[in-house]
Amino acid sequence: MNSIGFIEHILFQCRVSGFLKYMISIQNISKVYDQNLKALEEISLEIEPGEIFALLGPNGAGKTTLISSICGLTRQTSGLIKVSGFDTLEDYKKTRSLIGLVPQEFPLENYESVIETVKFTRGLFGKSSNPSYIEKVLKSLRLWEKRSTPIIALSGGMKRRVLIAKALSHEPEILFLDEPTSGVDVQLRKEMWDLIIELKKRGVTVILTTHYIKEAEMIADRVGILNRGRLLLVEEKKELIKKFGKKTISVELKEKLHSIPEKIAEEKVYLSEDRHSIFFEVSNTKNKMSLSDTIKMIAETGLSINDINTTESSLEDIFLEIIAEEEMR
Amino acid sequence: MNFNSIKSIYKFEMARALRTIMQSILAPVVSTCLYFIVFGAAIGSKISELDGISYGAFIIPGLMMLSVMTTSVNYAAFGIYLPKYTGSIYEVMSAPISAFEVIIGYVGAAATKSILISFLILLTATAFVSFDIRHPIWMLVLLIMTGSTFSLFGFIIGLWASNWERLQLIPLIVITPLVFLGGSFYSTSMLPGFWQTITKLNPIFYIINGFRWSFFGTSDVPIGVSIFFMAAFLLLCIAVVSIIFRTGYKIRN
Repeated sequence: MNSIGFIEHILFQCRVSGFLKYMISIQNISKVYDQNLKALEEISLEIEPGEIFALLGPNGAGKTTLISSICGLTRQTSGLIKVSGFDTLEDYKKTRSLIGLVPQEFPLENYESVIETVKFTRGLFGKSSNPSYIEKVLKSLRLWEKRSTPIIALSGGMKRRVLIAKALSHEPEILFLDEPTSGVDVQLRKEMWDLIIELKKRGVTVILTTHYIKEAEMIADRVGILNRGRLLLVEEKKELIKKFGKKTISVELKEKLHSIPEKIAEEKVYLSEDRHSIFFEVSNTKNKMSLSDTIKMIAETGLSINDINTTESSLEDIFLEIIAEEEMR
Repeated sequence: MNFNSIKSIYKFEMARALRTIMQSILAPVVSTCLYFIVFGAAIGSKISELDGISYGAFIIPGLMMLSVMTTSVNYAAFGIYLPKYTGSIYEVMSAPISAFEVIIGYVGAAATKSILISFLILLTATAFVSFDIRHPIWMLVLLIMTGSTFSLFGFIIGLWASNWERLQLIPLIVITPLVFLGGSFYSTSMLPGFWQTITKLNPIFYIINGFRWSFFGTSDVPIGVSIFFMAAFLLLCIAVVSIIFRTGYKIRN
């Protein structure tokens, strides 16, 4: 075994035994395009093996540039990216062989058949032919029946599936999905979420960018929010909701109020437009007021309760709030 | 060396030609027949032998060179431009494959196609004129060298081109005129003195004449000079492609 083979062996052992903590390690990377356009600024991020990481951000935030830098489609201006312990610039063959990429658009050659284009990708990534594996991938994406169909004859949703099949064709350990469900119908979106969860079970690390915050909320383990080339935060999804999320308790009253009663005025409360309801805004961390506390407080004011509802802020609300705060700075 | 990746690109590009097999075969056969009817029979009958070679046989190496040069450039330029145009180049750029391996795949396929077509022309020519090939090994070596060099040149054009017009620009206004004026259909001895000098400034003239030497053992310039020009052009193309891949010009970013 030569020295490179030995290092590969050690890294493989590390990964298997859980010693290799990060599948992707990004250290202070920046990307400046022509005309001094800063696409990424000092991004540092670690992604663990087998996790689903969602990268959120508005258009032009730098999500695609970040993915492109990791996959080798563009070169970072400064900083270091490691995939499975290997430098993406110096050991690009090793890092790229681990990665499957599903791009945002439909960059496919129209007159190729489904199976030929998928086989091409497998070969391009250095893997020898494996018809049974290709069949399995196409069947799992419901493309087997369409295997001889030219790409031009496929619907948008099917083309998206072809791109996923291509990305999976060389059995990657990391899968990048750039806006995977944009332009696909609800059923296919659900199928894709199921597929991503299935890949995670098989140990594949999945990084996805998305505009559908609901998507991140449904499937991601951790979330990173990117805006104007800067990584604003990286947090476990549950922790993020806990930390930044708010609960609103809405108390519908039998009577109409003119103003907020003095006894509850100290709390974070506001009246509905029709003045028939009081809303209590409860932070998940700072103010741990319970539902029974709310009922007790209302009872002390002498008001009669008609109905009570609680709503919790979604990841989308949190995302919008964080972006809005950043924009105001 | 990543042989699976190279094979994959090569097969993919060859399959592109197979999809239009009739066009790939019929076009060169028909145009060769036309050349032989017009130049060989109509005009050629009025021209006496050149260095003891009938005019019909004299133009065979020129026809093959005309074909191998133009088709090499076109196939290779189109081969790399199309993935750029559709965006599918992302796959090649994100694959574990070196620039050298990418070039072998694309250029190898383009050269193979153009060389096969030139053999088709040679085969068609046998129906019109009888001839012998004096140095068949050299003929093959020169054909492969020309096919590879011009495929590499086409690859550069395909990388450089940012639209369909640019893709056609160099082949139309540079390659085709230089090939026609490079002695494909005539010997320099047929030209007045001034035009002989002008023709000798055309690098393609040396390549065509080298190839003609492999057929008839005689040409307007020594074989060594032909090989020098071909090798120089090949090295220049390799240098340009290396710079393009190292800097990521028109590919990354």
